[in-house]
Amino acid sequence: MSLKTLTMGGLLCAALALPAAAEVKVGMITTLSGGGASLGIDTRDGFMLAIEQSGRTDIEVVIEDDQRKPDVAVQLADKMIQSEKVDLLTGIVWSNLAMAVVPSATAQGKFYLSTNAAPAQLAGRGCNARYFSVSYQNDNLHEGAGAYATQAGFKNTFILAPNYPAGQDSLTGFKRFYEGDLAGEVYTKLGQTDYAAEIAQIRASGADSVFFFLPGGMGISFLKQYADSGVDLPLVGPAFSFDQGILQAVGDAALGVKNSSTWSKDLDNAANAAFVEAFQAKYDRLPSIYAAQGYDTANLMLSALDKADISDEAGFGAALKAAEFDSVRGEFSFAANNHPIQNVYVREVIKEGDIYTNKIVATAMEDRANAYVDDCKM
Amino acid sequence: MTTTLILEQILNGLQSGIMLFLMAAGLTLIFGVMGLINLAHGSLYMVGAFCAAAAAAATGSFALGLVAALAGASAAGALIELVVIRRLYDRDHLDQVLATFALILVFSEGTRWVFGSFPLYLDVPDALSGPVTLPGGIEYPLYRLTLILAGLAVAAGLFWLIARTRIGVQIRAGENDREMIAALGVDIDRLYTFIFALGAALAGLAGALVGAIQSVQVGMGEPVLILAFVTIVIGGIGSIKGALVGALLVGLTDTLGSVFLPELFKLFMAPAAATQTGASLSSMAIYILMAVVLVWRPTGLFGARA
Repeated sequence: MSLKTLTMGGLLCAALALPAAAEVKVGMITTLSGGGASLGIDTRDGFMLAIEQSGRTDIEVVIEDDQRKPDVAVQLADKMIQSEKVDLLTGIVWSNLAMAVVPSATAQGKFYLSTNAAPAQLAGRGCNARYFSVSYQNDNLHEGAGAYATQAGFKNTFILAPNYPAGQDSLTGFKRFYEGDLAGEVYTKLGQTDYAAEIAQIRASGADSVFFFLPGGMGISFLKQYADSGVDLPLVGPAFSFDQGILQAVGDAALGVKNSSTWSKDLDNAANAAFVEAFQAKYDRLPSIYAAQGYDTANLMLSALDKADISDEAGFGAALKAAEFDSVRGEFSFAANNHPIQNVYVREVIKEGDIYTNKIVATAMEDRANAYVDDCKM
Repeated sequence: MTTTLILEQILNGLQSGIMLFLMAAGLTLIFGVMGLINLAHGSLYMVGAFCAAAAAAATGSFALGLVAALAGASAAGALIELVVIRRLYDRDHLDQVLATFALILVFSEGTRWVFGSFPLYLDVPDALSGPVTLPGGIEYPLYRLTLILAGLAVAAGLFWLIARTRIGVQIRAGENDREMIAALGVDIDRLYTFIFALGAALAGLAGALVGAIQSVQVGMGEPVLILAFVTIVIGGIGSIKGALVGALLVGLTDTLGSVFLPELFKLFMAPAAATQTGASLSSMAIYILMAVVLVWRPTGLFGARA
C-alpha cells in the first residue's frame, strides 16, 4: 500500500514535470492526512476511478492535501488558480473549508464542483452559476431523517448534534420534516469523545427515539457508548456516521440503526452496480458515499466536457446543468440553484459475512431539492 | 432533574477525571523531574490505543490488548527519550515544544502508514459490557465503573511507588535538585528514561482503556492532551497529587457543566437559545476554572514552583 502510494506519488511528480499536454486541468483539494483523511481518500479514489474509466488522456488532475485546515485550503486554491492555472476545482470535504475557498474561486472565474460540502450559504443568496454541488445540499440527509422519523411514527425524539454551524443546520433540517415533539435538544462540543452525560440525559428524558448527527470519530464513540449503556431506543442519523469506512470500527453497536442517505451500495441501477464492482476490484474495499459522490462528480464533468469546451463558460455551465450522465444515485438533475434533485433513502446497518454495511429499507423523500432554491438569484 | 440523573452524571465526571489523571500524571512527572514540556504525550496515548486494538484483533483478548498497549507505549516512550528527548533537557522550552510537536506529526503519519487511514475496531470485553444496577436504582455501564476502579488502583500504585520505594525517592529528589542527585551517584540517564517510559505507559494504558468506548483513530490524542495540560496547570505543575485533584475537578466541571448549564439558562431563556448558549459556555467552563484557580493560586493548587 505504502509502496504503491510512493510510486503513484513519484509518477504524479513525473507527470507534473512534463510539459503540459493536457487540455483540461482539474485541481482537487481534499483531506488526505489527519483525522478526516479517510473521507478525502475515498473522494479522490472515486473521482480518479471515473477519470481512468473514461480513458481520456487529456485531463490532468492536480491533487493536494488541505489537512482539513481552511488556511491551507485557501493557499492551495490560490496556488492552483494562479500558478497551476487549473480550469476547475473540486474535492473539498468540509463546509468551513468550502466557505473559505469556493466564493473566491468562482469570483476568479473558475468552476467549482462540490463532491461533498454544500453549506446553506452557497445554496441560497451566495449561489453562483459556476458553483455546482453534485453531492446534496447539507440539510438534505437531516431532512430525510426527519421525514423518516415522522413516517416511523416517532412522537418524542431526543435530538443532538455538535455545536457548530453544520450541527445547528442539522437539527434545523431534521425539525423541518419532523412532526412529533422533542424530548430534548442538546448541542455537544465539536470533537467530543465522551457521551456519557448525554446518554444519561436521553435515558432520563422519556424519549421514544434518538436522532443524532455526529460525523466521523464522534459517531463511533457515541454508538459504542450508547450500545453499552443499556438504553435501547431506536436511533436515526444521517449517513455520515454509518459510512463504509467507519462502520467496521463501530462493529455490532451499529447493527439495525436506521440512517438517511442519497446513496447506498445496493441501490438498484446499472451505473451503481458497475461502480461498486469496479471500485472494489481496483481498491480492494467497498466504496463509501464519499467515493460515490467523487465518482459522480467526475462523470458529470466528463459528460459536460464531451458537449462543450471548458473555456466556453456559458456552454460548459449549461452542459453541467443538464446533468446528462449516469449517476450512481439513479435519477439525478439540478434544481435552479445548482444543487441536486434526488431521492433520500433510509438505510439499515447489516452484517454481510464479516463486513458491516448498509442496505436500503425505505425511501424517505422523493425528488427532494432543497430549502434555499427561492433565495438564490442567479 | 432527578437525583439519580445527578448521581449518574457525577459518576460520569469521576470516570472522565480518572482517565484524565492517567494522562496528566505522566505529563506532570516528566515536567516535574526533567523540566520538559512534552507535546507528544497525546501521541503515546494514541500508540497505546492502536497497539491494544491491533493485539485485541489478532488474539481476541482484551487483556492481551492492554498488555500490548503498556508494552507498545512504554517502548515508544523509551525510544523517543533515547533518540530525541535526551538532547532537549538543556534547551529552552521553545526548542522542546518545537521538537515534540514534530514528534506528533511523525507519530500521526507513522501510525497512518502502518494502520491505514480508517479508524480501528476495539470493543469492551464481553464480561464487562452492558449496564449494572447500582444501589439507588442507577443503571450504569459496568465498563465505566471498572474504569473508575482501575484508575483509582493505578493512582494508588503510583502514590505508593513515589512515596515508598527507592525509585520514588530518586524521583522526588530529581524534582528538587537534579544536579545534586547526579552528583550523589544516581544514574540520571537511566532514571530519566525510566520516568519517561512510565509516563508513556500510563498514557498508553489510558488510550487503550478509553479506546474501547471511543474511536481509535489518528489524532485521537491531541484533544486529551489539551485537557491534560489544563489539568496539570490547575493542579500545580510537577505535583502528582495536584494532577489527581486537577483531573477530578476538570472531569466533574466538564461533565456537570455540559449538563446543567443549558438547564440553568432555560430558567430565563427560550429553550433553543438556552441550549446553544449553555453548550457554548460549558465548553469554556474548564478554562474559566483554570483562570480562577490561577488568580487565586498562581502556581496551581499544589504547585511549589512559580
